[in-house]
Amino acid sequence: MATRIFGSAIKRREDPRLITGQARYTDDFVLPGMAHLAVVRSPYAHARIKRIDASAARALPGVLGVFTGQDMKDAGFGNIPCAWVVPGSDTKTPPYPPIAIDLVRYVGNAVSVVVAEYRYRARDAVDAVVVDYEPLPTVADAWKAAQSGAPLVHADVPGNVCFHWKVSGGDVEAAFKAAEVVVKDRIRNQRLIPNAMEPRAALAQYVSASDEVTLWVTSQNPHIVRFLLSLDTGIPEHRIRVIAPEVGGGFGSKIPHYPEDSMVIFAAKALGRPVKWTETRSENYKATIHGRDHLQEVELAAKKDGTITALRAKVWANLGAYLSTASTGIPTILHGLMLSGTYAIPNIHEDVFGMFTHTTPVDAYRGAGRPEATFLVERLVDLLAAKLKMDPAEVRRKNFIPPFKDGHTVATGLVYDTGNYEAALDKALEMADYEGLRRRQGDLRAKGQYIGIGLCTYAEICGLGPSQVAGAVGFGGGLWESAIVRFHPSGKVHVFVGVSPHGQGEETTFAQIVANELGVGVDDVTIFHGDTSQTPMGWGTYGSRTTAVGSGALMGAITKIRDKAKIVTAHLLEAAVEDIDYADGKFFVKGSPSKFKTIQDVALMANVAWNYPKGLEPGLEASAFFDPPNFVYPFGAHIAVVRVDVETGEIKLERYVAVDDCGKVINPMIVEGQIHGGIVQGVGQALWEGAVYDESGQLLSGSMMDYALPKADAFPRFELGMTETPTSVNPLGVKGIGETGTIASTPAVYNAVLDAVAPLGVERIDMPLTPERVWRAIRDARRS
Amino acid sequence: MYAAPFNYHRPKTLAEATRLLQANKDAKLLAGGHSLLPAMKLRVAGPGMLVDIGGLKELSGIAADGPALRIGATVTHAAIAASPEVEAGCPVLAEAAAQIGDIQVRNRGTIGGSLAHADPAADFPTVMVALGASLSAAGPTGSREIPAEGFFKDLFTTDLAPTEVLTAVRVPTYGQGTGAAYLKHRHPASSYAVVGVAALVTLAAGRCSRVSLVVGGATVNPVRARAAEAALAGQAPTDAAVAAAAAKVADAIKDPLSDYYASGEFRTHLATVIAKRALAEAVSRAQR
Amino acid sequence: MKCPVSITVNETRQTAEVEPRLLLVHFLRETVGLTGTNVGCDTSQCGACTVLLDGRAVKSCTVLAVQADGQSVTTVEGLARNGKLHPLQEAFWEKHGLQCGFCTPGMLMTACDLLQHNPSPTEAEIRHGLEGNYCRCTGYQNIVASIQSAAVAMAAKK
Repeated sequence: MATRIFGSAIKRREDPRLITGQARYTDDFVLPGMAHLAVVRSPYAHARIKRIDASAARALPGVLGVFTGQDMKDAGFGNIPCAWVVPGSDTKTPPYPPIAIDLVRYVGNAVSVVVAEYRYRARDAVDAVVVDYEPLPTVADAWKAAQSGAPLVHADVPGNVCFHWKVSGGDVEAAFKAAEVVVKDRIRNQRLIPNAMEPRAALAQYVSASDEVTLWVTSQNPHIVRFLLSLDTGIPEHRIRVIAPEVGGGFGSKIPHYPEDSMVIFAAKALGRPVKWTETRSENYKATIHGRDHLQEVELAAKKDGTITALRAKVWANLGAYLSTASTGIPTILHGLMLSGTYAIPNIHEDVFGMFTHTTPVDAYRGAGRPEATFLVERLVDLLAAKLKMDPAEVRRKNFIPPFKDGHTVATGLVYDTGNYEAALDKALEMADYEGLRRRQGDLRAKGQYIGIGLCTYAEICGLGPSQVAGAVGFGGGLWESAIVRFHPSGKVHVFVGVSPHGQGEETTFAQIVANELGVGVDDVTIFHGDTSQTPMGWGTYGSRTTAVGSGALMGAITKIRDKAKIVTAHLLEAAVEDIDYADGKFFVKGSPSKFKTIQDVALMANVAWNYPKGLEPGLEASAFFDPPNFVYPFGAHIAVVRVDVETGEIKLERYVAVDDCGKVINPMIVEGQIHGGIVQGVGQALWEGAVYDESGQLLSGSMMDYALPKADAFPRFELGMTETPTSVNPLGVKGIGETGTIASTPAVYNAVLDAVAPLGVERIDMPLTPERVWRAIRDARRS
Repeated sequence: MYAAPFNYHRPKTLAEATRLLQANKDAKLLAGGHSLLPAMKLRVAGPGMLVDIGGLKELSGIAADGPALRIGATVTHAAIAASPEVEAGCPVLAEAAAQIGDIQVRNRGTIGGSLAHADPAADFPTVMVALGASLSAAGPTGSREIPAEGFFKDLFTTDLAPTEVLTAVRVPTYGQGTGAAYLKHRHPASSYAVVGVAALVTLAAGRCSRVSLVVGGATVNPVRARAAEAALAGQAPTDAAVAAAAAKVADAIKDPLSDYYASGEFRTHLATVIAKRALAEAVSRAQR
Repeated sequence: MKCPVSITVNETRQTAEVEPRLLLVHFLRETVGLTGTNVGCDTSQCGACTVLLDGRAVKSCTVLAVQADGQSVTTVEGLARNGKLHPLQEAFWEKHGLQCGFCTPGMLMTACDLLQHNPSPTEAEIRHGLEGNYCRCTGYQNIVASIQSAAVAMAAKK
């Protein structure tokens, strides 16, 4: 095996079915007798449901049923659970009925469901259901919800405060008192709509005779959905099968257990037919979770020489109307604990108020808490640099945590695994020709043209995670992973994993690992995931954990296979087990490499067991579970170059340099693809995206006509570089890379734009940096 | 996503189409369908009948018509963008067509549909007014020609009667000494014109003998920037003269549209900047 | 009201009685059973539903099946010939032009139209040509690289 398979940019195993249209996404499935469910949703953000009149809907030919929240409750269906309650923060968990019964609390809240023979008819039936509402006062903004007199979203949650969470390290009070320089900002990290290209869908098939249900659903974590369904449907866990077939992107929005999962099961039970629901995009904008939505008051204390001494922040985090599956952990554990970033900040304090408002629930969205942390840190660092008239790269360099290989504890208590921030920055500066860029910037300014250079150096927490930590921070599950490796008599391999990739390429990279470690051909390995009846328990794909944690389990199973293969080989070669070694697909006698057996030889003999060690079980199969001892902390440095048209406020992204470090790389092509996609989503937040509610809780950005997603013609080619600082947290030394691009690009682009217009007196602009906002900021700065 | 039920007819002649419109008060014409079908899918429009004229030969084709081009109402944006006749006789029309939507939209959307729908954010209405085009309509009582300038009446409202069919557009051609440009600020989500400016300049002896400047997207219907036109007419097209004229575009914009992406104030400002750039480009093309 | 339609899909004539309101994309996915073409939005923007209608890329969610009566449609399932992948499919595979795959069929069909009318596009022309096709996973760069690669391969074959 001459070519190294680990580290090779081989073509993906997923692609053939995807490029030929043979893949099966949830909405592609058709079952005999299948009916279609559609949801009647509240047009009001807060209202009492006075009356539901379904008579006209029921009378439509082809309509099979119209149901209410009370019908679901009477049938034994419970409320949607929140699976993450952060301890020590006095968290309130008000009930979240799958279909509202008395009160609706956000535009899009389900009020009733209709089931019809065909999806078009179901839509007709939705229009025919007449609902009498009594509108009530609303509050959509998290900060406004915190003010006295704001309407209450839940009667038993005073002040709309779901939780008050704090993180503290060092003595921030003293540090600010002693500060030589202080910079402040008020940052709106705006609400985003994830917009995975595949809308959500769920298809339930219920067998009443045995009280069993199969749910095909667009999920990033079928086992979690199965477990939560066992809590709220009344069907026990072992009689629920959840299948995530091909899933068209998630970015966190397909983590939660949603009301619609329960609705289709309820309807399938009630009607005795399979029932499918598929959301429209406009429906997705209301019914699928949103991301981000922080208002942050932030300040940084430093010495005159640029050394940062303290960081303090107060955050109002909008949670929406109800707690989604992981809502409370995102703006707390995954956010506040990362406020040190890449810097040695000795004193850190943050207060986070999780606020209920009359809006769509908010949960994890690519980066999930870390973009909100990195942005505020990187913005403060740039403000400090501007105030001290220091170069932003030099301020960063001055404050970096020095390179470390064996852990580094930051003021918030986290222990980063490995890092070399200066090397990443140096590489990025060199790739960008930073000095050349600054010179060009100066030349253009003299001509009245404005380019900006923006930096972001980041470290982020992913590879979720150590299960003990998960428990300690209130996550309602474990975060270990699992793998079964099974050799068939012919030497081909099936691998079953608990993770659930949906575009990230693990069907390829995991096969690469097996091939590399056991000497099978990459094409001789098939990876199975996403079916709870077929795969071992696992916690799904999010938080850039699939490779970092999943590979640990895979390596555990591979190690067991190798150990067993050595025993079989020793028997076949009549040697001692201690004398058997492995390399490049061969199990051989040390010192006599011509005496060997291949893994295929071993697989065949283990499966037929004709000539076999006494006492050893037949078969060549092993399962393993891996609970990582720590999170992993990828890091990097990104540099964005933008041109601002000061007459129109339009921004053009001219160059984008990204240096990232995700430890060891299994497939560089797949890693680059993750970085590209991540960068574009983060730029989207900086320049175009934003879910907009008006005062009455109406979602103004109600469709793709209003919500501006990044398009191909807005981007230059990205210039990527990598450093490699392996982690000791897992056997392969891999970190995550799925979210780093998004975490880094928002601040890099934002800082670039502000750098461009700084000479015009502009200090801050709210995201997204639309042309009007940029134009106004310049105009207002000129006037003052 | 799913329209309410409706009836559908595909007439074989224009006369049959007109008869269907007369007989059915809630019938709408369908050609490319890229304004009507999205509205019906969102259930903000719900005609009881669609009369599909997309295949009518009478409404197709691009042909020379004296000092003008006659473009059939069902000619697609893609066909206009790729037409050698349009490129030769009226290139700004091809430039505008190429900026509409995307490849797929341009393969279906028609010039007649765009003009009859009169979306404030559409591109063709602005260009038609700037070029001094005229629209041909056929109805139960016969045919008539309608100048583009008076065609657009109000929000999504034209001079067409409910039983009339827009059959063709007659666009005056231009040649040496005249240049025209269409520039727009694209909405980052919808790709429609937040502001779109069509500028046409004819130069004679180094001075602007004709200036046509029309702004779309900022108001309910395209507006002619008369003060700006007058300011540049008869002048040498220097940068300063162009800028001074463009600044007067603001005078033409009354009651600008406003949404959370672009306020009326910003649209007015954008219009002056885009007008300046469109005029400069038109001048440069006139000088070739 | 039901209308008879006869539409050639991937060179096979398909006939059915359909409601006028049935969108072409649902005719393809549900009446004919070709689920490769996907629905990603409801405002005619994302392009996941793109197919070729009489050889031109259109958004099949914004065409009624009755409008396509008598015409021919090519979907992603019709790209490969006798088990051999189309150069665009090969290129997307080679250059990692997809991740979750949901936008991919639409991307492939738009790319067909693009390369048919502009066999040697510049990078800017490709990026501009993808205005009606959204991707949330790839960041577009490898999609552009795939189309560039296919353009070269298809030119070489001529």
